[in-house]
Amino acid sequence: MAKLNVNGKTIDVAVEPDTPLLWALREQGGLTGTKFGCGVAQCGACTVHVDGVPVRSCVMPVGAVKPTQKIVTIEGLSKDSTHAIQKAWIAMDVPQCGYCQSGMIMAAAALLKKKPKPTDADIDSAMTNICRCGTYQQVRNAIHMAAGNVGRKA
Amino acid sequence: MNLEFNESRRKFVITTAAVSGGMSFGFALPSGDVFAQVQKGADLTQPEVNAWVVIKPDDTVVIRIARSEMGQGTLTGLAQMVAEELECDWSKVTTEQPTPGQNLARKRIWRDMSTGGSRGIRGSHEYVRQGGAAARQMLIAAAAQEWNVPAAECSAANSVITHAASGRKTTYGKVAAVAARMEPPKDVQLKAPKDWKLIGKGVARLDTKEKVNGSRIYGTDLNLPGMLNASIKACPVFGGKLVSFDEAKVSGMPGVKHVLKVGDNAVVVVADTWWRANKALNALPIIWDNGPNANVNSAMIAERNKAGLDATEAFIGNKVGDASAAIAAAPKKIEAVYSYPFQNHATMEPMNATALWSADKCEVWCPTQNGDAALSAASTAAGLPLDKCDVYKINLGGGFGRRGASDYIRQVVSIAKQLPGTPVKLIWSREEDMLQGAYHPVTQCKLTAGIDAQGNVSGLNMRISGQSILATVIPTLLVNGADLLTFQGLLPVGHERFGDHAISYAFDNLTIDHAMRNTHVPPGFWRGVNANQNAIYMECFVDEIAHASNQDALALRQKLMAKNPKGWAVLKAAADQGGWGKPTPKGTGRGLAAYYCFGAYIAACAEVSVSATGKLTVKRIVAATDSGHAVNPKQIAHQVEGSFVYGLGALLHQECTVKDGRIEQDNFTTYQPLRLSEMPKIETIVMPSGGFWGGVGEPTIAVAAPAVLNAIFNATGKRIRNLPIKNADLKA
Repeated sequence: MAKLNVNGKTIDVAVEPDTPLLWALREQGGLTGTKFGCGVAQCGACTVHVDGVPVRSCVMPVGAVKPTQKIVTIEGLSKDSTHAIQKAWIAMDVPQCGYCQSGMIMAAAALLKKKPKPTDADIDSAMTNICRCGTYQQVRNAIHMAAGNVGRKA
Repeated sequence: MNLEFNESRRKFVITTAAVSGGMSFGFALPSGDVFAQVQKGADLTQPEVNAWVVIKPDDTVVIRIARSEMGQGTLTGLAQMVAEELECDWSKVTTEQPTPGQNLARKRIWRDMSTGGSRGIRGSHEYVRQGGAAARQMLIAAAAQEWNVPAAECSAANSVITHAASGRKTTYGKVAAVAARMEPPKDVQLKAPKDWKLIGKGVARLDTKEKVNGSRIYGTDLNLPGMLNASIKACPVFGGKLVSFDEAKVSGMPGVKHVLKVGDNAVVVVADTWWRANKALNALPIIWDNGPNANVNSAMIAERNKAGLDATEAFIGNKVGDASAAIAAAPKKIEAVYSYPFQNHATMEPMNATALWSADKCEVWCPTQNGDAALSAASTAAGLPLDKCDVYKINLGGGFGRRGASDYIRQVVSIAKQLPGTPVKLIWSREEDMLQGAYHPVTQCKLTAGIDAQGNVSGLNMRISGQSILATVIPTLLVNGADLLTFQGLLPVGHERFGDHAISYAFDNLTIDHAMRNTHVPPGFWRGVNANQNAIYMECFVDEIAHASNQDALALRQKLMAKNPKGWAVLKAAADQGGWGKPTPKGTGRGLAAYYCFGAYIAACAEVSVSATGKLTVKRIVAATDSGHAVNPKQIAHQVEGSFVYGLGALLHQECTVKDGRIEQDNFTTYQPLRLSEMPKIETIVMPSGGFWGGVGEPTIAVAAPAVLNAIFNATGKRIRNLPIKNADLKA
């Protein structure tokens, strides 16, 4: 039994310590917004924040997460989808199939927190998540929009 | 992708509509929201105006969508089509998806449910608009009856019906119950395109909000009461069998409930959670009989395809005049051989499905592009008649053609049948998804051209050698053994069956044929299908002809497109905006490609740079599309952008190689998709010329690779003929 602080609440998860955080969130926490894509930290569909830092939860064992560390998933990013990134995502109609988008949004939100006015190069290096539908151009545009980057055609 | 013409092979079913009750989705979601979260079929308890339209008393408009939404936006586009004719308030539109069982119970009133071949809109535009128009007429008739005035004196707009003479008004919601009892009109008039208000408008998608907050439920997210989770391994060598497994080694691991044989080639671990099931599966000793293909490798497949390039027997796809004689007589002759590898779809959501079997009923929840085929597969695997089964279509986490196949559905039903009364969710690991694909077919192509003194192509021979998709997937569609779909984008103009994949150019002497060389690696419909390699072969070779005859590549194409004004118009638009003909710095080049497939004209002008060390940067691509009518230009632009991402990933990085009979690449570590940092700036020109309905989701992928390959040649003088580019040396 491990204790996790998820979206401001403490939850008990009855799993082996080597269970990836992703599966504890999905299968014990019922938080299915965080997705399984590859299991090897390549695609980023499982991205959550741990103490504000984007983490690929499919390779983070529950045993390595302290009960005091604050985990935020897509469900806890904002109430009513009002985070600047979510608002920009809606305005730009970014998602296609949507499966990778929870991870994309969590990665983008972490980027904005670190760099409120990211450049294209910042976006290139931070946004390594895989999208097979091909939303990348709209992802880039929406991050600029959320950052309020002016003088740039979204 | 599935081209949905296998009507005769489908089995149909009459079944009940409702999902069995009591689902819940983990404690994070209140159970009352369950039905709102999962597409469970159409709610047939509501009075409907007709099969396509339900208007609720509060004026909510429910539009029924038969096709699967996998990201391509068909849900929104099809709703726009119905709403256009319905004259309803777009802000009140919601959608629901009937099940295959509901469709058959109503004599296929929603017609085709399969979703592929970029046919969602072009295959159903007429009858969905008629559904909207008929509903509007019935709603107006209901109001007119109530007011005792002629229906012809009433009009409707924005869900409000008005009788101008008396100034009376009512809303759709108020008359819907009466309208539901009206006789359907016999004469349904559709609007002229000039009167469209919603078709042609880039309205926002109807399904975005729940994709930005994690609330959208995908197949992998399902959680039924008492459900168990399963992870599976099938024999990694195609055609091999399961011999045995040592259950005792894993039966004591946490959560493990069952270790079961599935069919004759797979083993599954069923546990309380998927993570535990997968962990135990990876620890399970398994013995395979790898079968007759255990020694096959990529080099052997390539050698066989190479031999096919010169084989005497081949299926003819397009023949005009005598190409060989014309080439023999030409003062100049050029020849080139190209090749295209196996590729996996690699949808972001791995294959998955959930099933519940009992002796008298089988239900399946799954992401599928082909509801009818899924239902048929479920019935066969369940050993139950079709009317004892149903399939609930769940949102797809990507499709690209892969989810037209039903292999994962057969598996989950086979598992559920061994555990009567227990719902089982099967999720493939990424490794399983990579090793058990339905791969982009492997082919080679030899092209030979004769060029006369004026630089005209006097003759062209094009021999394709390699795999046929239809021979494996839908063999009943072969015509005297030939797979005509192999010639996508190369068939004669006006071709009876595949006129939507006709050749863009007119040659006086032409032979395009196919030496079919099938492999044990199963092929499938992959976004763009055979247009992908065919466009590379044709468009890169036309570039070679231009270079060999010292002609401008655009000017040569203009000559060849003299009888193809729409094709030329999109190419010209892309070339002009892309800066074709303007000087470029050293190491930078531009390339063109144009194609016609899935009923749409597309073209691209790509700009790339290649550094002295061989680093390729695809900087900018201007793409033009004429799909006839453009239902939602914003979504078309997104599909065009996505087509480049999918196509450039394939061009730059992706190949599935075969060693010891099995695919070597088992995750994104060795099978790299395009990443955001590699994404060129895409400028999309949507230029609908009207008068026809072309596809959108797939056509553009055809021009992605050849435009970039031609730009690389323009930049470096290096002609890459074997994909992917990662295997090529671009160093100066």
